[in-house]
Amino acid sequence: MIELLAVKKAFNQGRSNEYWALNGIDLRIEAGRVTALRGPSGSGKTTLLTLIGCLARPTSGRVRLKGEDISGLPERFLTEIRRQTFGFIFQQFNLIKGLSALENVILPALPTGRPRRELVARAEALLAQLQLSHRAAARVEWLSGGEQQRVAIARALINDPEVIVADEPTANLDTVLSGEFMVILESLSAAGKTVLLSSHDPLVVESPVVHRVIAMRDGRLVDL
Amino acid sequence: MKLRSSLLVLSLLGLGLALLGLLWLDASHPTDAARQQRSARQKLAERLGLTDLSLFMEARYTRHPSQADLHAALQDHPAAFEHFPSGALLPPPAVLTESHAYLAGKTTSPD
Amino acid sequence: MRIWLEKQLHLIDFTLASLARRKSKNIGLLAVYALLVFALASVGLFANALRSEASFVLASSPEVILQRLVAGRHDLIPPGYLEKIGRIRGVQKQEGRLWGYYYDAVVKANYTFMARPAEEIAPGSIAIGATLARLRGLAPGNVISFRAYGGKLFTFRIASLLSPDAELLSADLVLLAEADFRAFFDYPAGHYTDIALSVANPQEVRNIAGKLSQALPDSRPILREEVLRTYQSMFDWREGIMLTILAGAIFAFIILAWEKAAGLSAEERKEIGILKAIGWETGDVIRMKLWEGLLVSLAAFLIGFIAAYIHVFYCGASLLEPVLKGWSVLYPRFTLIPAVDGMQVASLAFFTIFPYCAAVLVPIWRAAITDPDSVMRA
Ligand SMILES: Nc1ncnc2c1ncn2[C@@H]1O[C@H](COP(=O)(O)OP(=O)(O)O)[C@@H](O)[C@H]1O
Ligand SMILES: [Mg+2]
Repeated sequence: MIELLAVKKAFNQGRSNEYWALNGIDLRIEAGRVTALRGPSGSGKTTLLTLIGCLARPTSGRVRLKGEDISGLPERFLTEIRRQTFGFIFQQFNLIKGLSALENVILPALPTGRPRRELVARAEALLAQLQLSHRAAARVEWLSGGEQQRVAIARALINDPEVIVADEPTANLDTVLSGEFMVILESLSAAGKTVLLSSHDPLVVESPVVHRVIAMRDGRLVDL
Repeated sequence: MKLRSSLLVLSLLGLGLALLGLLWLDASHPTDAARQQRSARQKLAERLGLTDLSLFMEARYTRHPSQADLHAALQDHPAAFEHFPSGALLPPPAVLTESHAYLAGKTTSPD
Repeated sequence: MRIWLEKQLHLIDFTLASLARRKSKNIGLLAVYALLVFALASVGLFANALRSEASFVLASSPEVILQRLVAGRHDLIPPGYLEKIGRIRGVQKQEGRLWGYYYDAVVKANYTFMARPAEEIAPGSIAIGATLARLRGLAPGNVISFRAYGGKLFTFRIASLLSPDAELLSADLVLLAEADFRAFFDYPAGHYTDIALSVANPQEVRNIAGKLSQALPDSRPILREEVLRTYQSMFDWREGIMLTILAGAIFAFIILAWEKAAGLSAEERKEIGILKAIGWETGDVIRMKLWEGLLVSLAAFLIGFIAAYIHVFYCGASLLEPVLKGWSVLYPRFTLIPAVDGMQVASLAFFTIFPYCAAVLVPIWRAAITDPDSVMRA
């Protein structure tokens, strides 16, 4: 589904603090599977996820999505692809403070211009699935960490994307909540989503839910 | 169901715009009372040959600005706004303001 | 089209929800903004209505007024001038007018005395303006004494009051018989204050004025068109004072608005990053902010303008009165007939809505073109 060919990414290219976060990555990610990127901090996991998720472009190399080269597309098209194909669960959740959980969930769907009634119904259904119906009207900053993450998951699902991208999803959760997250992950996978996550948490990468683990170090893939 | 906030605000603004339109109509159709008032003013101006509005009565040249002589602005009240920019630089002589204050209300002749 | 509309509604919903987060601050801003529009619109509407009233009412004043100047100052018309003018073609009527000022030490106000033919005002009686009557507490049938400049006391009976509808023109008027006028002011016989001429054909007015200055080189003809022009610029000048006073307020608001709209906080910057990361285009972010600017400034404009209209035309512009009243003791009570100048409204709308939208947009533009991947970093 997703193919990377000789992908490199440099930060601050051409300046004294130039830094190559990715040094030539070749990778295929199959649809419908749960793939985990594993590696120490600073190994380039997050950077790789931003390239796959169309949040940034590679400095060199190719990224293909369903056979189509997306690495050179202009921003407008990248945004479109990002909105339709990817749902993001950020490490810091990145919810918008002051808005209710429900308002946060429907945010990614606003630019699509779908009727509000439809969006609210879908958001309520998602929150119900995640056992959050009772908190739908609460401001997000009043929610606990686990609840916030579930709001973030619902938000990632509102546009019904094929791929879920999660960066260090359990970094801010305790063991119990991490376990609950893995259960949700399993249900997403069962529903046919392609899941791509990064983690150095053994609870995640050693979980049976994860089909494939890719190890990284210093911006390269390494064999386990 | 509660009215959606965007629709609520847009309809309030629409209401405001409609009100603006109403004001426009109001302004372009004077009432009978207003017409009567204006014709009373016109008749008086015509009968007495009036040339000025009796709005500002602090000085001769503000009472009858159209009839004032060419130097009228120089006969200003010592503390009134001046026509000429130099008035901002050159205050009235102290003698003038002082004696005026001293005499104010004590004379029976005009200022 | 439906999708576009629905999308705009979504953006408005979002921007309203964002504004609601700092409710008191944003309502305060809206209130200050509306107040500013109110003040500007009040002055503008008042001046415009007064100008249009002046041009309506003074359209029937004499076509030409002839003054005599001595050493550059206004002087009496001596006997023989009316005859000297003789017969100028096109002049329908020429008459000497008698009027002057009287200072009433009791209330420290100046009145305008004006002589009328004896058949209109009987000797010994006067007709007075409504404002003056109110100030001195006079009614028809009352008697009032004025001490003339010569020191002699004159007593008059109030025959009638001038129509309160015309107070705008007659606040301080005292009409009295010609003989009374001459006696009261010790006015030399045969002299007049000025000469009013009526001209049938407006095209000829300038011609006639030229002939008058030839016949009487020491005179100054004042044309009706000059009178009307005086009023056009007069209120501009008065308005200028108000605008000067308001300039301080305007600058304060600009600073406030700029601080609020232009100074993007780190939090707002992050929010824009989040929106972009989850699939908003740069254009969507800008449109959302544009809606914010438009809604706030349009609301302020409508509230301020409508309130100003009601204030000026239905509450007698009571808040402007102290400024316009100036030093005068007498101030007429009058209602202005609503008059709105489309150009004036349009420019006020433009200058309230456009700069605010610009102030909202400029920093957003900078933030919206930053890369969305920044939100992945803590
Ligand atoms: N915007 C940036 N500018 C400069 N260096 C960056 C930037 N983003 C990431 N890096 C660097 O790239 C390397 C890889 O970072 P990252 O992909 O976040 O690693 P991981 O997610 O595996 O911890 C790190 O050394 C980090 O300091
Ligand atoms: Mg990381």
